[in-house]
Amino acid sequence: MTKKNQLLLNRIAEEASRGGISRRDFIHYSVAAGVTATTASGLWTTSARAQPKSGGTFRWGIHDGNTSDTHDPGTYLTRVMIFLAHTHRSYLTQINGDGSLGPDLATSWTASEDASEWTFELTQNASFHSGKKVTADDVIASLNHHRGDDTTSAAKALLTDVTDITKDGDYVVKVKLGRGNADFPWLMTDYHLAICPANDDGSIDWKSGDGCGPYKIDSGEFGVQFSLSRHDGWHGEGAYFDKVEMITLNDPNARQTALVTGDVDSVSQVDLKTVALLQRDPNINVMNIPSAGAITMPMHCDTAPFDNVDVRNALKLAINRDEIIEKILFGAATKGNDFHHSPAQPYWPEGIPQRDYDPDQAKSLLKKAGAEGLTVNLSTADSVSAGAVDMAVLYAEHAKAAGITINVVREPNDGYYSDVWLVKPWTLVSWGARPTPDVMYTLAYKNDAAWNESRWQNERFNELLLQAKSELNDSVRAEMYREMAMLARDDGGTVIPFFNNFVYGARSNVGTPENLAASWESDGARAASRWWFTD
Amino acid sequence: MGDLAGLIAKRLGLGLVTLLVVSVLIFFAVELLPGDIAQAVLGQGATEETVAAMREQLGLDRPAPVRYFEWLAGAVTGDFGTSLVSGERVSSAIGTRFINTLFLAAYAAVIAVPISILLGIVVALLRNSLFDRVANVMTLTSISSPEFFLGYILILYLAVKTGMFPALANLRADMTFVELLHRTFLPALTLVLVVTAHMMRMTRAAIINLLASPYIEMARLKGTPPWKVIVRHALPNAWAPIINVVALNLAYLITGVVLVEVVFVYPGIGQLLVDAVAKRDFPIVQACCLIFAATFILLNLTADVGAILTNPRLRHPK
Repeated sequence: MTKKNQLLLNRIAEEASRGGISRRDFIHYSVAAGVTATTASGLWTTSARAQPKSGGTFRWGIHDGNTSDTHDPGTYLTRVMIFLAHTHRSYLTQINGDGSLGPDLATSWTASEDASEWTFELTQNASFHSGKKVTADDVIASLNHHRGDDTTSAAKALLTDVTDITKDGDYVVKVKLGRGNADFPWLMTDYHLAICPANDDGSIDWKSGDGCGPYKIDSGEFGVQFSLSRHDGWHGEGAYFDKVEMITLNDPNARQTALVTGDVDSVSQVDLKTVALLQRDPNINVMNIPSAGAITMPMHCDTAPFDNVDVRNALKLAINRDEIIEKILFGAATKGNDFHHSPAQPYWPEGIPQRDYDPDQAKSLLKKAGAEGLTVNLSTADSVSAGAVDMAVLYAEHAKAAGITINVVREPNDGYYSDVWLVKPWTLVSWGARPTPDVMYTLAYKNDAAWNESRWQNERFNELLLQAKSELNDSVRAEMYREMAMLARDDGGTVIPFFNNFVYGARSNVGTPENLAASWESDGARAASRWWFTD
Repeated sequence: MGDLAGLIAKRLGLGLVTLLVVSVLIFFAVELLPGDIAQAVLGQGATEETVAAMREQLGLDRPAPVRYFEWLAGAVTGDFGTSLVSGERVSSAIGTRFINTLFLAAYAAVIAVPISILLGIVVALLRNSLFDRVANVMTLTSISSPEFFLGYILILYLAVKTGMFPALANLRADMTFVELLHRTFLPALTLVLVVTAHMMRMTRAAIINLLASPYIEMARLKGTPPWKVIVRHALPNAWAPIINVVALNLAYLITGVVLVEVVFVYPGIGQLLVDAVAKRDFPIVQACCLIFAATFILLNLTADVGAILTNPRLRHPK
């Protein structure tokens, strides 16, 4: 290597350690300076930027928090509750930055052959902030909090298959299921299933705010902010910051201003309208992460005119997804293909033909169905997602070319999910990211699911769903999900325009791992324990 | 002065009746909202079983009048109950928040009231001059702009561009008083801009109104300087309307600041009320509204008493 190139490399490395350039740029410039791509990648890892450093107070502005939030895992709902849970509590398993499943309190897990009995080995190093060791009793009590007749937990549906939870010594938990479920360890990452200390009577103590997570709560108030400091007895890796401050910032403008002025180090969501402007600020890094969260438009397949598959497919063809992504989401989304399985989830089937805007084909399908000049109502509300009503109006414009009239019905924000969703025949719905396709399909596409929002009944799909559930062979399983995706795409009643990205930001002196988890904003809600300061 | 004490007692009694009526209205208004607390708390994740279980635990399955009178029985003895969502005592949930709101209101009032009365006097003195016009246009512009817009403008110039003041008014327990004043300056300034015009214009109008009176002409004829005519002769008779409008604005500073709280992320009582309504958390909604109603009643009473005290004719009725 020439001396000039060496100097250049030093400057690039310096820039990297300051946080001035991204990994991609780093490798790009390094290759230009005469090193191979593999070496460049290695250089990045060893350069100062990639070396986590301890210290500092991480001020984290979080959208979506209320004064009425609580520590009860059964009623976790807002982002503040969920992010706080991942900061002061722990789970059995966690979703890694690369999307794989990793250990948290459980160090390993094994299944019986039919996947109906799971054994979790717990780490022996974990302790609550009170100093008490985390044992099998705490795990059992925490899971039972979401089971039983009198539970008020929103996660009850997730654990209905569980028949019995027992312990084998202090550090082994056995879970028996009514039927096999190969995804059960994935379910344990659900944000409701935080592990809390058990009381003697088998209930859990959630009120005290005690947890076994990387940070303990020093003081705080819901709807305002929480101050936390590092829990020295934490069992995991990371937790580089000395202290964490989680500030509820519901107003998008306040959030953005706080990030620009440096009043916070990171925010969990930035306004898509101003992302382009924010990216110009050299002190700010914007993260744009494809997620498994989606907008769906389920049509009731048992209600005319949606009971005709040609009508359903005509409506799927009458939406211009590209324009919606460009105009409503400013590009921050992955195009949907009418099956609820995102590339950010495991077993994603590649190579399924993309359905695009085709008003002519939609017209001919309608003709075949005898439904030319179709008029339908699409119910939506502003609270469903940012730009939900605009999206519906834009869709209505696209559909005109196919001779379809879509009346956009603007419903009240209040009570949308109790009075409109599952009630009106065609609605617009926002879904959070679920860890696996099985969870998503079981929740909202299975024939007898309470939330089968499109009332879709397909025998083959449901047969495959049950088979795939207990199938431990990954490649066989992936094949089943491919067939299910095709069925949902071509026969199902749900238009899926896109999977939204998580778009959030941090000051440039905040170091992050190369891969950011896609389960929630802010690195799968775990920014506090996975990120660090570079200066 | 016996009459004054009688008046205060009578007004306080009427105030209590008003509060009772307000509490009935609030209760049934919350009942009328679609959905209930169980659905609001569980959100999209609500199933029939969990909603029913939660309703039963919170006692929401009983008829509305029964629940109202139970709450009333507690409230009469000073027990405003517990938040339905968090199980926290209403008094502790509202406590610090209300103190924060009072602090911000006091901060804004300490700046706004002297400035607007002084400005009112000066523009009355210099009426129809360029200064009068400019002061009127400026204050009317700021009162006509929505509060959040004023807040954003202040943030842009005083926080983002110059960095003189922090954009977030989030409070910490270990802040010194000076830090506190610095951190909450922008929200206080926004409120000052919102309330100044009203008080200043009223002061100006009340004084100008009096300047046509014969006794003012007398004062002028005997050679009293113009500022003294206003401060010594006109102002004492103008206090009644000024006190009224000041009281009205103070009440606004306490009850109407939710937008400013949102823009500056200030932990006041307005945001608490909005969240509680969204979750149908009736005890909190009720307590907040009663505090607001009591604020209006008390400040109105204070204004009336002040008007009587500054007016000898009312102080010594025949």
